[in-house]
Amino acid sequence: MWTTKTFLTKTKRGNILKIVREHYLRDDLLCGSSACNSCPHKDDEYVLDLKPVSICALFEYPHYIILDTNVVLHQIDVLEEDALTNVIILQTVLEEVKHQNTSIYQRLLEIVNSKKRKFYCFVNEHHKDTYVERKPGEKQSDRNDRAIRLAASWYAAHLSSNKLEHQFPQIVLITDDQNNRQLAQEDGIVCCTVQDYIENVNGFAGLVDKLSKNVMPESCSKDALYPAHLTPAQIHTGVKNGQYHSGTFHASRDNFLEGTASVHGFEKAILLQGHIGINRAVDGDQVAVEILPEAEWRRPSDIVLEDKADDPGDKLDEEAELLKTVKPVDNKDGEITPTGKVVGIIKRKWRQYCGILMPSKIPGATRHLFTPAEKRIPRVRIETRQSEILASQKILVALDSWPRNSRYPLGHFVRALGQIGDKSAENEVILLEHDVPHARFSEAVLACLPPNDWTIPDEEIKKRVDLRSLCICSVDPPGCTDIDDALHARPLEGTTDDGLETFEVGVHIADVTYFVRPDTALDKEAACRSTTVYLVDRRIDMVPDLLSSNLCSLRGNEERLAFSCVWEIDENANVLSKKFHKSVIKSAAAMTYEEAQITIDTKSRRDEIAQSLRILNKLAKKLKRKRMDNGALSLSSPEISVAEKLAEEFPQCALLRRHPAPPPANFTTFLKAAKQQVAPSPSPSPSPSPSPWGNG
Amino acid sequence: MPAADLLSSQGLRLDGRRANELRRIRCKLGVFTQPDGSAYLEQGNTKVLAAVYGPHQASKSKSSSDGVVVNCQYSMATFSTGERKNRPRGDRKSQEISLHLRQALTAAIKTELYPRSQIDIYVEVLQADGGTFCAGVNAATLALIDAGIPLRAYVCACSASMAWGARPQPLVDVPHVEEAAGGVVLTVASLPNTGSTALLEMSHKLHMDYFKMVFSSAVQGCRDIEVILDRAVRDHLAEGWTEQDTVTV
Ligand SMILES: [Zn+2]
Repeated sequence: MWTTKTFLTKTKRGNILKIVREHYLRDDLLCGSSACNSCPHKDDEYVLDLKPVSICALFEYPHYIILDTNVVLHQIDVLEEDALTNVIILQTVLEEVKHQNTSIYQRLLEIVNSKKRKFYCFVNEHHKDTYVERKPGEKQSDRNDRAIRLAASWYAAHLSSNKLEHQFPQIVLITDDQNNRQLAQEDGIVCCTVQDYIENVNGFAGLVDKLSKNVMPESCSKDALYPAHLTPAQIHTGVKNGQYHSGTFHASRDNFLEGTASVHGFEKAILLQGHIGINRAVDGDQVAVEILPEAEWRRPSDIVLEDKADDPGDKLDEEAELLKTVKPVDNKDGEITPTGKVVGIIKRKWRQYCGILMPSKIPGATRHLFTPAEKRIPRVRIETRQSEILASQKILVALDSWPRNSRYPLGHFVRALGQIGDKSAENEVILLEHDVPHARFSEAVLACLPPNDWTIPDEEIKKRVDLRSLCICSVDPPGCTDIDDALHARPLEGTTDDGLETFEVGVHIADVTYFVRPDTALDKEAACRSTTVYLVDRRIDMVPDLLSSNLCSLRGNEERLAFSCVWEIDENANVLSKKFHKSVIKSAAAMTYEEAQITIDTKSRRDEIAQSLRILNKLAKKLKRKRMDNGALSLSSPEISVAEKLAEEFPQCALLRRHPAPPPANFTTFLKAAKQQVAPSPSPSPSPSPSPWGNG
Repeated sequence: MPAADLLSSQGLRLDGRRANELRRIRCKLGVFTQPDGSAYLEQGNTKVLAAVYGPHQASKSKSSSDGVVVNCQYSMATFSTGERKNRPRGDRKSQEISLHLRQALTAAIKTELYPRSQIDIYVEVLQADGGTFCAGVNAATLALIDAGIPLRAYVCACSASMAWGARPQPLVDVPHVEEAAGGVVLTVASLPNTGSTALLEMSHKLHMDYFKMVFSSAVQGCRDIEVILDRAVRDHLAEGWTEQDTVTV
């Protein structure tokens, strides 16, 4: 159906190439409010409440909240709390967030997808009444702010135009941009800052702690302890003309006032020392470094220096102490290292950090220090009113900013992980610190799953090779719930030209691709996790349990979808032919290693399973023998037919698992430590070599 | 497989259309007086001109006693794309599209009526924003009608692609942004009135399971285009009569 109601405008963009894109404006977009009787909503399309309950003392009437982009970008931790509801997310905001920070964008989508949060996405950019064209000379961000204000005004007018008897919801615009706030007030839009709004929220203790601390501009030099960072433009030109070098900052684990940056063109990493030399770089950040003259090159200090236990306030006094310990320069010293100082930050690589709170000694204080579990990360100053409860817990903290006048970076409390020493809390710390995604699967991911009582549809069976009649079995460790492969073997009639017996051997792997379709939320989540993680007492699945330990687990006596590779093999384990196809199988038995061995050894058992296992066992021994003869890692051994097939069919994305030899630099610290122990020089451990991917 | 974000969670495409909506189509018949028939057609930002000469006596070498010989030439103006084109015609891509045009249009023309004759059809793309072949077919149909050449039915062309969200959905009438996203583009030229398909072309591999979906979406697009073309023809004829009347008076 072609709607003639749409009309057309063009957005012109591009610097060198002029790109003209069509942009259709519509009149069939919904406002999502139950208080509206003019948009043609269907019942399930109402997201916003008829009478939203206000939780903010500043606005004691029903209202919907519209958020500015800066609020989403900086206060996502506040938004993730179940406090704010009835929120309108404009498309303008959604796109700006997506453009600026994908991880925050994903988190925002997660909130929007959660029905109980009542977040409505309004497509203002395509609505005929809320679209704004960029004026000549207007900055994109100013245009977007204008679009946000227009959408807010439109909502207010739209809701009031429904002549309903009861009080209709008002609109409150939350923005931290002072300029935007002022212009909004001129337009008659009710607005306030995040801080004002959140501090006046009733009934959600701890919400205030999650507020991200406001950023003081770098240009402000009041009470400054640190030199100002250069602007991105200055860094760019500096790096280009060779004055500065870009590199990744690695903090020292032993000395909090020392770190290095590996810079291209220098064999040794650049040594950065002292508060000023490091200038607020945090481990992992991409920084711009200025190299000091050669006369100031030093060797790394070998002292251990930890940050003070107590908050000394905003001053930096260890500088002299450190410099005292630095050894005098000796040009013959082989360990002399180029030194430098950080002049600017190219990109922060901050994440959330686990650690413990060190409550301030002053009773009733709200400013406290946080010590991260990772020693390379500096202490963080956070504000919380729940320090007594949090003092005994492992907590998660996000970094917000590091202004020039603060000794420590500023952050905010994200959530508590549990009591210090508690097993589950410590597990959580390990997972978070190693960046293992372990959240519960999102609603979007779970929506990709088949129902719990799913069975194989008949039409799917028709499309596949039906191997249900074959005697297939699996052998795994005891207690294994994700049986991902199964085997079968049977003698074939006839012999080879040389008179050798022939066998059919099949490997069947669970066909996960039937359930995990490309580019679905499930596919992306699985790609992000990329493996199942096993802790001592817990397993973090790569795909939801229904798949990993049920539908994609080749359990005994259950029909399952599989991908099969079937070989014809002679008794000397030479491959005669091979074929690959999707199949339906029904495993006859899911055995443990022990059960399988007993079955093979029990001479009286002559059933199909026992025979199948004996053939496999015999062939496996021959294959192993052959591999040994070939030199264990020769890639021409027959069992790589799967890898060959993959490389042939998917030349762009076939993978071989490879374990390259570790670079010698990885051993330097170890060798140095060993030397001090007066041990004989150890030889690096033998390095594993390439092995074909997968064992199926 | 790319092209995941072609459809937003609100069900809108990058340009604000829904999955089953065509771009805005505007067209006009009889834009030139020199050729026997001509038409101008806009499909979104894709803009094409078509001119038809004939039927006239065929050159000796091409002449066929079975029916009319259809000659097609497709070309793109140097200014039609973002970066200027160096060769407006005769490159491989243009030659290929010329052949496709010929195949699609020959299916609609009642070729048996004009033995030993030929019809020349020229299609010039003035601005390219995806689906230039489709716009070319649609414009040529109008130009043929303007030239008064008997057709079996309107021949319309439309493309379709796929959005791979949580639920795969076909997208009709693919503009350049969606083409460039790297997903599959299926081009269909069909005679909606007779239900027959004159040409099918696909840019990438697509799993059989989804083919029907994409195909029927493109065919529905052809049907919708036919309605628009038909209206344009009727408007043009109504307009034409009054103009002629004033001339004779
Ligand atoms: Zn409404």
